[in-house]
Amino acid sequence: MATMEKLVGQAVLRKEDPEFLTGSAKYTDDLSVPGMLWMAVVRSPYAHARIKRVDVSEAMAMDGVIAAFAGSDFEWAGPLLMAWPVTEGLHNPLHYPLVTDKARYQGDGVAVVVARSRAIAEDAVETVKVDYEPLPAVVDMHEALSDDSPLVHEEFRTNESYTWANVQGDVDGVFADAPVVVKEHYKVHRLIANAMEPRSILVQPNPAAEQFTMWSSTQIPHILRTAMAIATGVPESKLRIIAPRVGGGFGSKLQVYPEEALALELARRLRMPIKWTESRSEGYTATHHGRDQIQDVEIAAQEDGKILGYRVRVHANMGAYLMIIAPGTPVLGGFLFCGCYGGVAYKTEIVGVFTNTTPVDAYRGAGRPEATQAIERAIDALARRVGKDVVEIRRMNFMPPFTEATQSIGGLMIDSGNYPATLDKALGLFDYEQLRKEQQARRDNGDTKQLGIGFSTYLENCGWGPSRVIGGILKYAGGGWEAATIRCHPTGKVVAVIGNTPHGQGNETTFAQVVGDDLGVPIEDVEVLFGDTDVAPSGWDTYGSRSAAVGMPALHRATSKIVEKARRIAAHELEVSDADLKYEGGTFSVRGAPSVTRTIPQIAFSAWRGHDLPEGTDPGLEESAFFDPQNLVFPFGAHICAVEVDTETGEVEVTKYVAVDDVGPVVNPMIVEGQVVGGVAQGIGEALYEEAVYDENGQLLSSSMTNYAVPSATEVPSITTGNHVTPSTTNDMGIKGVGETGTIASPPAVLNAVVDALSHLGVTQVERPATPEHVWRAIRRAKGGRS
Amino acid sequence: MTQISVTVNGVRNEADVEPRTLLVYFLREHLGLTGTNVGCDTSSCGSCTVLLDGESVKSCTLLAAQADGRDVTTIEAMAEPDGTLHPLQDAFHRHHGLQCGYCTPGMIMAAASYLKENPAPTEQEVRESLEGNLCRCTGYQNIVESIMDAAGHMSGVKA
Repeated sequence: MATMEKLVGQAVLRKEDPEFLTGSAKYTDDLSVPGMLWMAVVRSPYAHARIKRVDVSEAMAMDGVIAAFAGSDFEWAGPLLMAWPVTEGLHNPLHYPLVTDKARYQGDGVAVVVARSRAIAEDAVETVKVDYEPLPAVVDMHEALSDDSPLVHEEFRTNESYTWANVQGDVDGVFADAPVVVKEHYKVHRLIANAMEPRSILVQPNPAAEQFTMWSSTQIPHILRTAMAIATGVPESKLRIIAPRVGGGFGSKLQVYPEEALALELARRLRMPIKWTESRSEGYTATHHGRDQIQDVEIAAQEDGKILGYRVRVHANMGAYLMIIAPGTPVLGGFLFCGCYGGVAYKTEIVGVFTNTTPVDAYRGAGRPEATQAIERAIDALARRVGKDVVEIRRMNFMPPFTEATQSIGGLMIDSGNYPATLDKALGLFDYEQLRKEQQARRDNGDTKQLGIGFSTYLENCGWGPSRVIGGILKYAGGGWEAATIRCHPTGKVVAVIGNTPHGQGNETTFAQVVGDDLGVPIEDVEVLFGDTDVAPSGWDTYGSRSAAVGMPALHRATSKIVEKARRIAAHELEVSDADLKYEGGTFSVRGAPSVTRTIPQIAFSAWRGHDLPEGTDPGLEESAFFDPQNLVFPFGAHICAVEVDTETGEVEVTKYVAVDDVGPVVNPMIVEGQVVGGVAQGIGEALYEEAVYDENGQLLSSSMTNYAVPSATEVPSITTGNHVTPSTTNDMGIKGVGETGTIASPPAVLNAVVDALSHLGVTQVERPATPEHVWRAIRRAKGGRS
Repeated sequence: MTQISVTVNGVRNEADVEPRTLLVYFLREHLGLTGTNVGCDTSSCGSCTVLLDGESVKSCTLLAAQADGRDVTTIEAMAEPDGTLHPLQDAFHRHHGLQCGYCTPGMIMAAASYLKENPAPTEQEVRESLEGNLCRCTGYQNIVESIMDAAGHMSGVKA
């Protein structure tokens, strides 16, 4: 048998593409079942209002309306799941799918109607009479923590949910003695994920058996199954959750939503299938938001710029309730405010704050983009302060290269790292010296289009996660392992079942590459199944860049078990001992007699028939494995951005962008590049265009896609990528995650470039996002004018 | 109810629709052509782009009744009946021009219409032609490459 070329490492085209290209992919809203009814939610127009009375009688009288309920018509078995109590004393309000006492954000669900069609349900919502008593709302976090603030949850007598701290070394001592202390204040604005597919749910009951199938546009069918059992009391064993094709998530579908519990409960109550699809504008208040922090960042350093310590205080907006991992989202960045730099002391304190706004939770990067933007902007401020080039200040502060797990000053055991290497490679791709010359020339000419260069030499933690660690010091309620089953069919075809739930990441291809190599079968013969709790009953789904770092090692373990069993059967058939067999590329051959062989498909056939198996060997060739990593993984890299800033209009254009990332060995360079480029584009959107804005009454002003600037094709540049490989020590494959690196790295590279372009004018900071208005104001401020 | 007759992917459909029915819901819910996606409610995202008498249009911006007597092409009719992909579909596959796939039908329909208008566009022209179509996964880079590549393969091919 000819040796097959390895699949891992190749830019294999995606197996999943044809159905998307031809319109045959089925997303949740594409599904209908006979008798299906439509649900619509009555939402509070006020950010904060007592609910005095809800009258659904007019809705009930409409033709085509089947049912209508107020919040008080439901008795829930339990609240919506909040899985991450980051501190012992954390205030966690019980959160149910509909409110009964008061609405706490614009969009909070108050009542629900069910009708024969989507249009009738939407019309019926308009007829539900809710008697609201509007209350003063609080939107600003500092105001929320003041003594006279309205309370989002009266029972806590405060809007503070928690204060979490990570202290390493003698922080105050270091800061007291340091010759240089840089203090920066950053507002990390609020974002809306805008996965292109709006959320959608369909629940099909089997009333006689009390079984339910839920299709949901979710990243987390497994977690959702448990959460639905808690909220509704439907046993997990009677609940099948399917995430069919899911049109992007970016964290916004890493959630247990009120509508999911409502649809399930209504299907049970009405014994009919229930469907719900959010409109985009509805989703702007009903789907969780991301980011929204206020950061006070201090760096202590020697006079030459060598960093001694970090002291950071973060206020993190939780919105009105604590969603599934909301308290932990900022904590994911709580070890990273030192980036990839050294020092002797570190402190991060995070205060979670309730406000009358849409709940905030994970958005691509979840906590790490916030920390990265803080350290990468602050180190530029340090460079300005001590008069060093931004490249030089980074080099002198990098942790030296290491190949064994090493402790950072932030308190992490980092798997491996080589920070100068990615910076060198990025500089090589960027033409730094030439652009600096051009920058100087434009400054000398007083050009109205000034050139700026920004760096981001980031470090992140992902590959969520080692159960023992996340459940230990991080106090996360769930686990972080992954589960895989490999089934070898008698015809030679292989099914790989995995507990990850991809929604655009291309796992059907990359996972098949790994399995194909391990078992020596062509990629066409490997079918990857996922996203259905009856098909893939175990797993922890997709988020935190965990599919490659945790899912692939699980698959690899399962294929190893297959090979182990197949070896016994092959040895038996070939009448040699196990040790006499060599296994390579899917083929067992007898040492010394290489033409005597058995392949995995041949053994699968033998194992299926079971005619002649070695004594004590069970029939079938199917193995399952779990993988729980011992540590997180720590991708890093260097991103360099060039911008042109119009000093008269404040307009910014990204003219060049280089991203060099170290994500360990690359399984599929095409897919890795796609993740990086897409992530960088999202980060450019964050840095320059996108912002969710509330007025002081808690009304979302950026209330639809027309006034929230998702970047278009003309607003993001072509991005040059490069890679560097430092294998992770966390898993045998050396793999790290890549799903979030682009979004983590890019915003500070862009923002630093904008400041750099204007630094000769005295500009030292620009407010995020760097819109023409914010840039223009920064220039005005620097000139001493009113901003 | 309004009676309409719309030819979709070569098949004439007579139907009674509520006057307020948008073309996109007529395609999805009456005809079961769910390849055309809905990504917003403000005509911002372009996920629902189809061809109306050969020209791209966001099918959420017009009523089904406005398509009466006209010819609509959706993503389902882009490949050949034998399954051979349209050059644009093939280029999106070869250049990794899609991730979650939700915007993809709209992107392909918009590009098909644009390339008829401008068969040899520059990269900047392709980017400008896509301003009404949003993608959240790819950063557009590979979509633009796909369209540029398809343009080179499409002289004389149906769009």
